[in-house]
Amino acid sequence: MGVMESVELPKPLKFVFNWGRKYSLWAFNFGLACCAIEFIAASAARHDFIRLGVIPFAHGPRQADLLMVSGTLTDKMAPAIKRLYDEMPEPKYVVSFGSCANCGGPYWDSYSVTKGVDQIIPVDVYVPGCPPRPEALLEGIVALQDRIQNESLPQRMEDRRPIILGTDGQLHALPAAEAAAKAAEADAEVRRQVEGVRP
Amino acid sequence: MSDLDTSEKILPGTAPAEDVIFQLEGDADFDTGEMSLSIGPAHPATHGVLRVVLDMDGERIREARPVIGYMHRGFEKLAEYRDYRQIMALTNRHDWLSGFCNELGVALAVEKMMEMEVPDRAQWIRMLLAEWNRVLNHLMFIGSYALELGAITPMFYAFREREDIQFLLESATGGRLHFTYNQPGGVKIDLPKGFLRESARLVDETRSRLSDYVDLVLGNEIFQARTKGIGALPPEVALAYGVTGPTLQATGVPEDSRVTEPYLKYGEIDVRVPTGDNGDSFDRFAVLLGRVEASLEVIDQIHDHIGPGPVNTKLPKMVKAPEGFTYVRTENPLGQLGYYLHSDGSKNPWRFKMRTPSFSNVQVLPYLLEGQLMPDAVAILGSVFFVVGDVDR
Repeated sequence: MGVMESVELPKPLKFVFNWGRKYSLWAFNFGLACCAIEFIAASAARHDFIRLGVIPFAHGPRQADLLMVSGTLTDKMAPAIKRLYDEMPEPKYVVSFGSCANCGGPYWDSYSVTKGVDQIIPVDVYVPGCPPRPEALLEGIVALQDRIQNESLPQRMEDRRPIILGTDGQLHALPAAEAAAKAAEADAEVRRQVEGVRP
Repeated sequence: MSDLDTSEKILPGTAPAEDVIFQLEGDADFDTGEMSLSIGPAHPATHGVLRVVLDMDGERIREARPVIGYMHRGFEKLAEYRDYRQIMALTNRHDWLSGFCNELGVALAVEKMMEMEVPDRAQWIRMLLAEWNRVLNHLMFIGSYALELGAITPMFYAFREREDIQFLLESATGGRLHFTYNQPGGVKIDLPKGFLRESARLVDETRSRLSDYVDLVLGNEIFQARTKGIGALPPEVALAYGVTGPTLQATGVPEDSRVTEPYLKYGEIDVRVPTGDNGDSFDRFAVLLGRVEASLEVIDQIHDHIGPGPVNTKLPKMVKAPEGFTYVRTENPLGQLGYYLHSDGSKNPWRFKMRTPSFSNVQVLPYLLEGQLMPDAVAILGSVFFVVGDVDR
């Protein structure tokens, strides 16, 4: 881990660094299935996410900041994606594009499909749809850029809560510590009630 | 193609047996030992997650082994747990570039089992959209093949056309890639007002833009140098491997089930089947362009034939195919698509077997790649048109 990730930078410096990172996201497209076609459509002339500073020409995971998982992840493919993710340098971001990558999509009951890429690697933005329209990907990218602008890297190292498009923010997953505390509290509440009924 | 020549050269192990060892003169110590090179599963030249293991002898490929299964999603098993309308949504996705043609096959199979009469207008609408889908599919490959050979611009050109056509199809079906527009007995709803007018306009526009690809790609000196004579496939080998679609037509065999075994109303119109002479990468690409033009001609004819009328028939709440089995084959953009449907009379199929064109097309890769130079491998891989989801199901 470098200095950037371990030390909290002064505010003006952080602003400049984040502004620079936000508009030069080199994306590594992990095109798996149908969604990869919509990803290409989003990078082509009409939708053109290159104007947002997302460059889909990363030569490999080692040169990339952003991993776009678009399509169905199968159990046979899962080790490969884990390896590619591990090869990426920090700070790295993951966009899960499409229902298959989010949760298995139409193959929710298939014997060979991994039900969501978040079982393998942490995800920053979930873009729902089967396949999502290119506009949805643009929204996802803008949401990610907003996050990058406002984030502090040391905090990010501890807590990667995802953005889920199409929700009002209530559904955002809680950071692990908070979630564990809430779960323990709920457990205790149930136990109290049960004990109250049966002393 | 009357006599099938099944000589031993068809077998991948025994193809071009000339001296494949690449040696530098005057440098006997130069190590050209064998090495194994794995392309994929995440490699842009393989259109997804196909993996090809190449045993190299210097620059020459001694043996190529495609490793499939990275996109296996279990369609055939899942179909046994879906009812017939849900299967349409599922089959849309195995060949994601030709969703409409896939679901058409299922609809035809179910109708054949249930002995349903499909209204004329519905059949014409299905043909119209299937042909547009064919154009969409071919445009994708035209763009991506040029991209693999190092030219980025044709991709943007292809997507300019694709966006327009997708917009048209979206106005009728609501989907950009996966349409789910068919249902047993017809199509879901009628075409929106002005669809045919817009479709006719788009035919003219696409046709006028096709010359761009001819000028930019097909007539390009570099493109010709990289593809002419590369990966030549003899017709008898292609037939022996079960290769269909543009890859087979490029070898000079005019096989197209729209002509040889017409379904829907294809018997009433003329379908031109472009063929090649040598079956090399260049011919395969030229046939693909020719097929786009042929599809546009078919669309023009459909515009003249399509008349008013109902577009679907009343369906029971639960579609149940009677006991028995059937096989329906249709001409998918990439070749022949067959659905074998075995029903036990319940709402789900008892067995749903797919014969997908890409699966057969990929089988011929070891034959094509053997003895070729490494830089030509990508030119061959890209010109045997396949979609990985269609290979692995």
